[in-house]
Amino acid sequence: MEEVKLLGWWMSPFSRRVELALKLKGVGYEYIEQDLANKSQLLLEYNPVHKKVPVLVHNGKTMAESLVILEYIDETWPNNPILPRNPYEKAMARFWAQFIEEKCNGGLWKIMWCKDEEERGRLVEEASHCFRTLEGELKGNKFFGGDEIGMVDIAANFIGYWLGVVQEVSGMELVTRDKFPVLCKWMDEFVEHSVVKETLPPRDKLHAEFEARLGAPSWKY
Amino acid sequence: MAANNDDVKLIGAWPSPYVMRPRIALNLKSVEYEFLQEQFGSKSELLLKSNPVHKKIPVLLHNGKPICESSIIVEYIDEVWSSGPSILPADAHDRALARFWAAYLDEKWFPNVRAAPRAATEEAKSAAVSQLKEGLALLEGAYGEISRGKDFFGGERIGFLDIAFGSMLGWLRAVQVMLGGVKLLDEEKTPGLVKWADKFSADPAVKDVLPETEKLLEFAKILMAKAKPAAS
Repeated sequence: MEEVKLLGWWMSPFSRRVELALKLKGVGYEYIEQDLANKSQLLLEYNPVHKKVPVLVHNGKTMAESLVILEYIDETWPNNPILPRNPYEKAMARFWAQFIEEKCNGGLWKIMWCKDEEERGRLVEEASHCFRTLEGELKGNKFFGGDEIGMVDIAANFIGYWLGVVQEVSGMELVTRDKFPVLCKWMDEFVEHSVVKETLPPRDKLHAEFEARLGAPSWKY
Repeated sequence: MAANNDDVKLIGAWPSPYVMRPRIALNLKSVEYEFLQEQFGSKSELLLKSNPVHKKIPVLLHNGKPICESSIIVEYIDEVWSSGPSILPADAHDRALARFWAAYLDEKWFPNVRAAPRAATEEAKSAAVSQLKEGLALLEGAYGEISRGKDFFGGERIGFLDIAFGSMLGWLRAVQVMLGGVKLLDEEKTPGLVKWADKFSADPAVKDVLPETEKLLEFAKILMAKAKPAAS
């Protein structure tokens, strides 16, 4: 008997990545919403190192870190693969997932919390360069994964959906349709994908949350 | 898959722990390769062409195709030279654990190894050392769980997590000296890791790759002379 549980948070792109992978593969799971302001015993027990979501539990075995979990899911439920089987192509997919995490998402995070205008300007320029590089990887395909979404698309979920809301709330104009037409087209395809749609947090709720948080001195939890 | 007449080159430099990882992996698989060492302070045309995104070492060139990022290269080596001893664990959950801890080492722990000797104030230095010790306590626990009584994280033989962590031992030892002999790996607090470190360092795939502490200390002097003072 397969028992799959996911500890997540509705707003977290990281926990939504895991939901997306499970849904793409048709894997049934129990979702346990976490209150990150008031971390549960379960979360602290299952992820004592980082105390963060997502945590996947499969037949009693726990694991953390969304990209690590995605690899586990792909290996355990090989239908509808999210990673290429060819070792070189797989290495490339892992490379771009890491690039998205470190440079794109990492860059965006710094911008979101930078209070100094000059520094923010510099960070935006740096991030622009990263997004240009990422956009180049689409190579005329519908998705980074080709005709279907893959690991890289899943890793880019923040860019695909959350970023739009952040830009609206903050007035930041980093990824706009005239500057990044190809990336924006990917974003359109991403949010319209039948399975992705099921994993996106409601836009108005997300908007309200970002409004409240981006005004604060730092991100809580 | 790999064949005997494959062309394998590795762009790197002997002091880099990230470069040590693929070298150990290639040794484990008995793969012959050409080690193209970068000159300290400059980046070769080949490196810039092979890794235009990050312009960093290591880069593996397999029949001319570049693969970047040390952990990604190690996984690639394991998959391509599949007839050699396995580097990633066989079980999917064990693989998830190995990858989890490798990510922890790279993102949370190793940055403190680099920061500690360069800290601008005693306070900052002390904080970095504390974090290092806390991290090692976590890793001691992980070692106990994952090794299941065997010598290595990978079991009877060194594996992915041994390589990810062990590649940092050279600098860990050097930093202990640079910090005036502070004990980070400690027989009392991290006895498992102390034994593991010795066994790892003596492994045939490792011993010619892990540099001696003296050599790293000399190199550190050159590095620190060139570097800007670290922010505290």
